Amino acid sequence: MSATAAELAATVRTGARRARDVVEESLAAIAAGDPEIHAFLEVLDDDARARADAIDRAVAAGEDPGPLAGVPVALKDNLCTRGVPTTCSSRILAGWRPPYDATVVERLGAAGAVVIGKTNMDEFAMGSSTENSCSGPTRNPHGHDRVPGGSSGGSAAAVAAGFVPLALGSDTGGSIRQPAAFCGVVGMKPTYGTVSRYGLVAFASSLDQIGPLTNSVADAALVLEVIGGHDRCDSTSLPQPAPEVVVAVERGVEGVRIGLVSELVDGLAPAVSGRVREAALALEAAGASVEEVSIPQFRYGLAAYYLIAPAEASSNLARFDGVRYGLRVDGPDVAAMNVASRTAGFGAEVKRRIMLGTYALSAGYYDAYYAKAQRVRTLVADGFAYAYSKFDALLGATTPTTAFALGEHTADPLSMYLSDVCTVPASLAGNPAISVPFGDDGAGLPVGVQAMTPALGEPMLFAVAGALERAAKADR
Amino acid sequence: MTAGARPPSKPPAIGPEQVLHVARLARLEIGPDELDRFTEQLASVLAYAAEINELDVDGLEPMSHPFPLHNVLRADEPAGSLDREEVLAQAPAAEDHRFLVPRILSEEG
Amino acid sequence: MTETLPAGWEVVIGLEVHCELATTTKLFCGCLNAFGNEPNTNICPVCLGLPGSLPVLNRQAVELAMRIGTALHSAISPSTFHRKNYFYPDMPKDFQISQYDAPINRGGRLELPDGTEVGIERAHLEEDTGKTTHVGGSGRIGGADYALVDYNRAGVPLVEIVSAPDIRSAAQARAYAGELRAILVATGSSDGRMEEGSMRVDANVSVRREGEPFGTRCEIKNLNSMRSLGRAIEFETARQIALVEAGGRVVQETRHWEEGRGETLPMRSKEEADDYRYFPEPDLVPLDPDAVWQAGVAAAMGPLPADRRAALIGLLGSAPTPAQTEQVRSVVASDLDALVVAAAERGAPATLALVRTANEVAAVAGRAGSLDPGAFARLLALEAGGELSATQSKEVLAELLVSGGDPGEIARRLGFEAMDAGALHAAIDRVLAEHPADWERFLAGEDKVRGFLIGAVKKATANQADPGTVNARLNELRAGGR
Repeated sequence: MSATAAELAATVRTGARRARDVVEESLAAIAAGDPEIHAFLEVLDDDARARADAIDRAVAAGEDPGPLAGVPVALKDNLCTRGVPTTCSSRILAGWRPPYDATVVERLGAAGAVVIGKTNMDEFAMGSSTENSCSGPTRNPHGHDRVPGGSSGGSAAAVAAGFVPLALGSDTGGSIRQPAAFCGVVGMKPTYGTVSRYGLVAFASSLDQIGPLTNSVADAALVLEVIGGHDRCDSTSLPQPAPEVVVAVERGVEGVRIGLVSELVDGLAPAVSGRVREAALALEAAGASVEEVSIPQFRYGLAAYYLIAPAEASSNLARFDGVRYGLRVDGPDVAAMNVASRTAGFGAEVKRRIMLGTYALSAGYYDAYYAKAQRVRTLVADGFAYAYSKFDALLGATTPTTAFALGEHTADPLSMYLSDVCTVPASLAGNPAISVPFGDDGAGLPVGVQAMTPALGEPMLFAVAGALERAAKADR
Repeated sequence: MTAGARPPSKPPAIGPEQVLHVARLARLEIGPDELDRFTEQLASVLAYAAEINELDVDGLEPMSHPFPLHNVLRADEPAGSLDREEVLAQAPAAEDHRFLVPRILSEEG
Repeated sequence: MTETLPAGWEVVIGLEVHCELATTTKLFCGCLNAFGNEPNTNICPVCLGLPGSLPVLNRQAVELAMRIGTALHSAISPSTFHRKNYFYPDMPKDFQISQYDAPINRGGRLELPDGTEVGIERAHLEEDTGKTTHVGGSGRIGGADYALVDYNRAGVPLVEIVSAPDIRSAAQARAYAGELRAILVATGSSDGRMEEGSMRVDANVSVRREGEPFGTRCEIKNLNSMRSLGRAIEFETARQIALVEAGGRVVQETRHWEEGRGETLPMRSKEEADDYRYFPEPDLVPLDPDAVWQAGVAAAMGPLPADRRAALIGLLGSAPTPAQTEQVRSVVASDLDALVVAAAERGAPATLALVRTANEVAAVAGRAGSLDPGAFARLLALEAGGELSATQSKEVLAELLVSGGDPGEIARRLGFEAMDAGALHAAIDRVLAEHPADWERFLAGEDKVRGFLIGAVKKATANQADPGTVNARLNELRAGGR
């Protein structure tokens, strides 16, 4: 599918094209390409067709199904979809069908979107390659021996492979942006609290955000306007409507002050750094002023992240105990049953992080690890605040390298964690960030550049992203 | 901000006993063949994370939430409960409209 | 019930009371907060802890928690929620959302009816767990075959009230629990029913020889009534003292009160102590009720039991006797103080209103609502003025309580008209004439004969003569009056 979501919705809303045909095109692409890519865990053929038919009937009756009318959407499998398996790529949730829809799923539905299927991910969103899935990895459409990134690898690949024009992922330390960069698509993490987390299976509650993966910046803006805005079911949801970002995409960057973050340029794979510097020049050419800036606090972001996120995750994943849903492996008593179920149900990376997190919170270590990491978080936020006192937006790489090979980092968890070094700082501060494809590494693997703005700075973010996208396309 | 000048006070490195201890707390069983590998991996991550020990951040507030929201409340009004059959249908075991579990040996904490 | 301790020993008691708040819905979701419904009918993604669910705090639960804090003279403080992490099948998330180092109510005190005070350390909000039933085998924990879990109660709002270890006897513990319950009911915060589980009391008990530091304490659970509370404390106190006197040491443990056996038994110990790994709840934001809200809560509070007792004592006009103190306590506890106040406002003597309410009115609990305070006041005036004897007054009151009416009319119908002075004096003269020897003795100063003479007059007048009036007349005659 090469059309953008905005284009598709426009044709369906006017009746120029039937939603059913759009959906069939998507299903055909999936049937043809996904056996190789393995982006999807579940394809909802019949449901999607029925939904598309309903949209077509609505249009015929003179109704407007909404700004995403008939658009096929893929949902990361940690988003609750009522009656449809939601497994987080984990054995422990095999076959679990939530009795409710996530808020974002409801909002997509109200906008006329058609859920095509649930996508593969690293188990419980813990990973940077989608190799931690209990169903096996997803392949990068740009190189089938390469990882698509993670943890939203399935969603990124589904868009990159042309199966759907739009997907939702979740981003905790980079899980939307990094796979977007690896797969050459747009991926965006909103300001924390902009998009409701109700119905997102929690990994690290104070960091998780849901966001779009698309082929165009304008589509990402459109999706954000649909799914964002206050939700009374989420106490951490900001008390305001979704940001107005669609209009910002074409605004341009005349007079915008952009800081090129040296920590997100230096010391990275040369192909990546090269593209980032080109992007900086392109923005200058478009009227922005670009200056290098160092934010040394970033150096400690990853360490703090790998204490805070596992700590919250260790608590969030305690509910998977074989009692109420999910996998149960029996035992002579309930505690033994809990142990047997969790041991059989969780993969190695999840177990590692649960143990790491439990350790960081445990008596005697709380102050040295978790509490201290929460202060480092403030430090990182302060670093951003200082930078934003001089710049309207920041620019840097999304990832230190392009997509690595399947199996390259699976033996050493720490080496895998290092691929998050560019994305984690914005997550810690709760600030919005976006990855925009900007060329490739010369060997066919995409490079993504990352723009960041202060909290609630989505309009500026999309203005910069739009300029980057136009520059990237001009290059080709 | 500059990296603090005080000497790092490193917490003790994690060993197999601590790994087994946190595994127990987390209701996970680590087999003898996995223990060494997990211990090594956790130790390496913790050593990396312990880099934050170099920092003097005592003067900073811990950030539990990125934003100073407070007093988010809802009215004391009934809102839809779930159909218990739909919920119990997903239960690994149920009896008499309740979730069935193997016998409980110890009292709650 | 007032067992005294062996000489030189002191018991130190702290009470932790969990109260289910009287809200319509649960603490973090809109499921009904109701007792006794069919299992698992009041559940939703939030209180079932389904993946992806999130808590949203109930405003009314905060309001009620603030009422409790206000009543306990706590400092209502900015507060946060924390997660208390441990595994148990009745906990849907395998962590409990509670408050840890920043509770909504800090400090405070509880004034007992006898005037003593017990310190309050904190009163915080937390969510309740589901209910487990052990099935098969012995049907009790550890010996059952399996267990069944109902999550209707999971997520119900609780306030946990922790007292300072200021309590020094089982009786005082009961008084504390009773007064706390009265406050919960008076403020509308909870219905405080121990038997139903809406008020759960755990006791921390330790003993020490006078002058020594606190001893090791044991936590006693499964106290389902005030009586159990008292009995369990007495047993545990005796157990610990005997243990120490025999050279042993008290082990810090949680013990279960077995009502049938009349003893506390150690609960099955866990392999290792729980490490709850408290950390701030990231899904909730801090709570900071503003001054306007706090003032609103304080302004809307009705008078507390202590205030109502003070009001009655004020009516008495002088320091209450021990009997009156008890009457005041019981009248307020039975919600009958308004009647006493209303009667006094209509001219009834307060002491008489108090005793008649505490005894006769309270005895027919439930009828008090139909007793017209004006009628009650008129009756009390008749009695105070000597026109009705105490016995007659109680009979009229009994009829007022059952069918209302006017006391004067009832008295006439029952033949209780007061004797007029002339008829009474004539009756007294007749009796004295019939008992000359006793009269001589009384005239000579023998007061012992008084009772006999008054009794004789009552008998002669078919109880119409009021003893007080007769007594006054006898004194008058002796003093030389005519």
